[in-house]
Amino acid sequence: MNINNIKKEFPIFDEKIQNNDLVYLDSANSSQKPKVVLDRINDFYSKQFSNVGRSIHYLAVAATNLYENTRTSVQKYINAKDKNEIVFTKGATEALNLVANTLGQAILKPNDEILITELEHHSNYVPWHFLRKSKNIKIKFAEINEDGDIPIENIEKEITDKTKVIAITHLSNVTGAVLPIKEITQLAHSKGIVVVVDGCQGGPHLKLDMQDLDCDFYAISCHKMYGPTGLGVLYGKKKWLEQLPPYQGGGGMINDVKKDRISYGELPNKYEAGTMATAQVIAFDQSIKFLESIGIENIIKHEKELIEYGQEILQKNNSVKLIGNPKERGGVLSFTVEGVHPHDIATILDETGVAIRAGHHCCQILHDKLGISASARASLGVYNTKDDLDKLNEGINNCKKVFDLK
Amino acid sequence: MNLKELYQEIILEHGKNPRNLRKTDNFNKDAKGNNPLCGDNVHVYLKLNDQRKVEDISFEGSGCAISMASASIMTDLIKGKSDNEAKEIIEDFLGMIKENPDLKNKILKEDDKTKLMCLSGVKQYPMRVKCATLSWHTLVSAMENDGKRVSTED
Repeated sequence: MNINNIKKEFPIFDEKIQNNDLVYLDSANSSQKPKVVLDRINDFYSKQFSNVGRSIHYLAVAATNLYENTRTSVQKYINAKDKNEIVFTKGATEALNLVANTLGQAILKPNDEILITELEHHSNYVPWHFLRKSKNIKIKFAEINEDGDIPIENIEKEITDKTKVIAITHLSNVTGAVLPIKEITQLAHSKGIVVVVDGCQGGPHLKLDMQDLDCDFYAISCHKMYGPTGLGVLYGKKKWLEQLPPYQGGGGMINDVKKDRISYGELPNKYEAGTMATAQVIAFDQSIKFLESIGIENIIKHEKELIEYGQEILQKNNSVKLIGNPKERGGVLSFTVEGVHPHDIATILDETGVAIRAGHHCCQILHDKLGISASARASLGVYNTKDDLDKLNEGINNCKKVFDLK
Repeated sequence: MNLKELYQEIILEHGKNPRNLRKTDNFNKDAKGNNPLCGDNVHVYLKLNDQRKVEDISFEGSGCAISMASASIMTDLIKGKSDNEAKEIIEDFLGMIKENPDLKNKILKEDDKTKLMCLSGVKQYPMRVKCATLSWHTLVSAMENDGKRVSTED
């Protein structure tokens, strides 16, 4: 697949958005969907629909097979050792809540420490915060350096003999910093610490290899990977998923139910209570095929070129201050413009069809640290081009005009 | 959609040079407000005298041009009014931003009403209405002084 023609695979780019061509720079928030994924949802509901894993009629068996096919595709895509290490959730947020909740129930003890970082998205902080109240767990923050990076030393120095979990992002959704998960995991495991990775931004932008990273858990957001909303993946090492208690109770996750006792199902059913996001799971198989057809190496190369180009033109723009200068930057360019609040930037860009995000991007801890309440963020997907970044830069110049700045 | 309607001269000017951006000495009522979607926040201070007149009103905080201009114009217009007049103006403003085409109150002078009407441009930008109303909701909370924090997401 030619990456230069990739936009054609996405029907939304045929639309006029308020009479403009769409320049979509908000993929870190959620990516657009290729036609193959949309068609698959429609086809499944139109021609093949049934619930999975329960009934024995033809459609149910066929749907169950399709559903399980995606599990196998995900397993292969992220190089997990075992198919049963893949659990579908309603999103990465639920995946992280599942891990925090069940580790909290079964493993963590009062005064144990969870080490997170100042880069974390609220979804990799708030679930751990719950354990502060319920379990008297302490939370520590590894600090960013001046480049918006987390050097491994900053993690190492926060580790104590009470540290039980390191919960950390693979790729910051604000500074774009790519963290050395493999090295962090080696360090953590040498001290018996569990590693939980928020892979929301890692999923679409990085090569995923669970056996190489060796982390214990990895949370994926499918809608950021050109897949449907309402779906996430939790990768968990088998030894953990077998050992930890169920997260939610309901149909599908049980083995045997009596008035006085209940036993739970085997993996992965144990963690998939109730009717799952069936159509989304089945359509996500097409997202994986789409990513594979381009090749993650090509995606990385394409996005690296865009990031370098974006950095170059924004650095030349005197009023723009880029946030962070990490050693390895993936997917996002966050910035502020002197004299124009990020909300005003977003509104003015929107008038010309340039969609970015403004705010704290669910990272208030980081914005507090940076001493700002909000930033503007342009984030990339496979469909973006240098032309999109030129339009971003033109839009920023237009902001300066509206605000009468030099 | 028209950017010029949203970013009118008065708004840009108030946004750049907000009036009463400070903390009132000896304030006797105050409240904090925030917009959790964007992290913007405002703290409104009020000094009501024995005759229940707003002797001074000020605010601290950070935000976009719309929210800063709105807070600036608000403090300008509320200063010197009785608490009942202030309540009427607030209700009238919030009504105008939500649905009414015009301001109805008879308290404000015409040129003051014109200033307020400059904020009506946000009506075309539903995501920005909260920017214009945050300081006003926070003022209501300060006047009631119930110590409640105002959030645009409550």
